[in-house]
Amino acid sequence: MSGANPYKVSIGLETHVQLKTRSKIWCACPNTFGSDPNTDVCPICLGYPGSMPVLNAEAVKLTVMAGLLLGCRINHYSKFDRKSYFYPDMPKNYQISQYDQPLCTGGSVPIEVDGKPKVIRIHRIHLEEDVAKNNHFETASGVDFNRAGTPLMEIVSEPDIASADEAFAFLQALKQMLVYGGITDGNLEQGNIRCDINCSVRPDTQTTLGTKTEIKNMNTFKGVHRSLTYEIKRQIEVCEQGGKIMQETRRWDDARGVTTAMRSKEYAHDYRYFPEPDLMPVVLDDAQIDEWRTALPEMPQARRTRFITDFGLPAYDADVLVADKPIADFFEATLAAGASPKAASNWVMTELLRMLGEQEWSVSEARITPTMLADILRLLDEGKINNPAAKTIFSVCFTEGGDPRAIMEARGLAQVSDEGALDRWVQAAITANPKSVADYQAGKKAALQFLMGQVMRASQGKANPPKVMQALKAQLDG
Amino acid sequence: MDVRDVAHLARMHITAEEATLFQSQLEHILDHVRDLGELDLDGVEPTAHAVAVQNVFRVDEARPGLPHAQVMANAPQARNGLFMVPRILE
Ligand SMILES: [Zn+2]
Repeated sequence: MSGANPYKVSIGLETHVQLKTRSKIWCACPNTFGSDPNTDVCPICLGYPGSMPVLNAEAVKLTVMAGLLLGCRINHYSKFDRKSYFYPDMPKNYQISQYDQPLCTGGSVPIEVDGKPKVIRIHRIHLEEDVAKNNHFETASGVDFNRAGTPLMEIVSEPDIASADEAFAFLQALKQMLVYGGITDGNLEQGNIRCDINCSVRPDTQTTLGTKTEIKNMNTFKGVHRSLTYEIKRQIEVCEQGGKIMQETRRWDDARGVTTAMRSKEYAHDYRYFPEPDLMPVVLDDAQIDEWRTALPEMPQARRTRFITDFGLPAYDADVLVADKPIADFFEATLAAGASPKAASNWVMTELLRMLGEQEWSVSEARITPTMLADILRLLDEGKINNPAAKTIFSVCFTEGGDPRAIMEARGLAQVSDEGALDRWVQAAITANPKSVADYQAGKKAALQFLMGQVMRASQGKANPPKVMQALKAQLDG
Repeated sequence: MDVRDVAHLARMHITAEEATLFQSQLEHILDHVRDLGELDLDGVEPTAHAVAVQNVFRVDEARPGLPHAQVMANAPQARNGLFMVPRILE
């Protein structure tokens, strides 16, 4: 936003993050995605009366590790509370959450927008249970409880975010840190990260925050950006026309690109929190917190620095590689399998990223492994194949997998460096193209490239290009 | 405290007679709690639990849920494996 804007924008995000555990938060049902409806459920996550929740230790650990990553204060005493509301996604009529004593308090997420760094403060992080998923049909709704009881961490930001761009950058940065930390898979398509937006505007001269509206249940970062762009403009227009912003919940209509007020509910915020009697408090000592602190994996910034200093990569390469953890992991595994850093970096940044982009695949979906890439680079390095052949083998490995050497042999992609064969192709090209030979000898260097092309074609791309060049020059210059 | 508000929060239907009766009964209970508020509790740590037990954890191991047929056994209406409920309005 330009400095001339007479309105200040304050946005706070409540980001819900599904934790990467094997089982659910209160029961042993699998924490997975994509099973048939209501198959990963039991009396506890179905909310049956009399069933007793028992806290998953890993959910506590991951939430505390997230807190450590974001520089939060880890509270030594933390407890769970019941948040009452009525909705078919929660048949016990309350969600177990944390009200006044969450696991983590404070913290921050550094972001950068248009080259300008900024810090978005975190208010708190608490642990709660995810709820069931509703499917809406023409005349009825259908409920699937597989998602109910998934460990869910809610990260509440301070209203420090001042634009749609900053909100987008915040979510990107947060996701990158949490995925790096192994806290979540961070898969937006599977609903691993969802957020509620609080947004208000106020005249530049006003110190207190304006009335806020809430946009609930956003599940894409692009949606957050688009809905905020709309909502900020809407609120400013209301103010400009002398109107009043109503404190209300609005829904983002992605197809129409607008937010609309939801039917306001009486008592909507009367959650009547009270302590959960079935769960005991969590008490953490410094030794435990320190143990988890030492277990924290490397963060993107540190990894970037290491790629530059240890592997001698240019800053640009390091940025591209660390942006996505699985890509950075693939790159490092390729080095471990024997490849040189710069060659591996080039191939990951160009071929691998290009083909993943074309297929809209994640690295895990591609069949190529770091070992295969290292083998291809070794064949290239030893002069067994040339660059086009390496690309062909890469592409086969990418879609089908396989042993690069076997692919080379099966497809006849081995480079020909044998001088007898090269000489025969070179001689044939010279005999067939007297004009090009004359042009070259008259000083037109481009003619040499043409002859080179003829030899490569005759060899079906298998001739060793530097050797061909050598042989051609020897014949023509000699 | 209006007992009709409380009934609404709990999604309970009560008659006018019940409202009058419960209003006075609930007020008695609230008065009793108010009496507790008169006690001098300086130096007493607030607690959410009556027993001093903490850190009751479960190891993160998954095992299969209930058989699907058993899960749906009590569903008044089911379709495609889902519990069917009246259409949810937002
Ligand atoms: Zn369960």
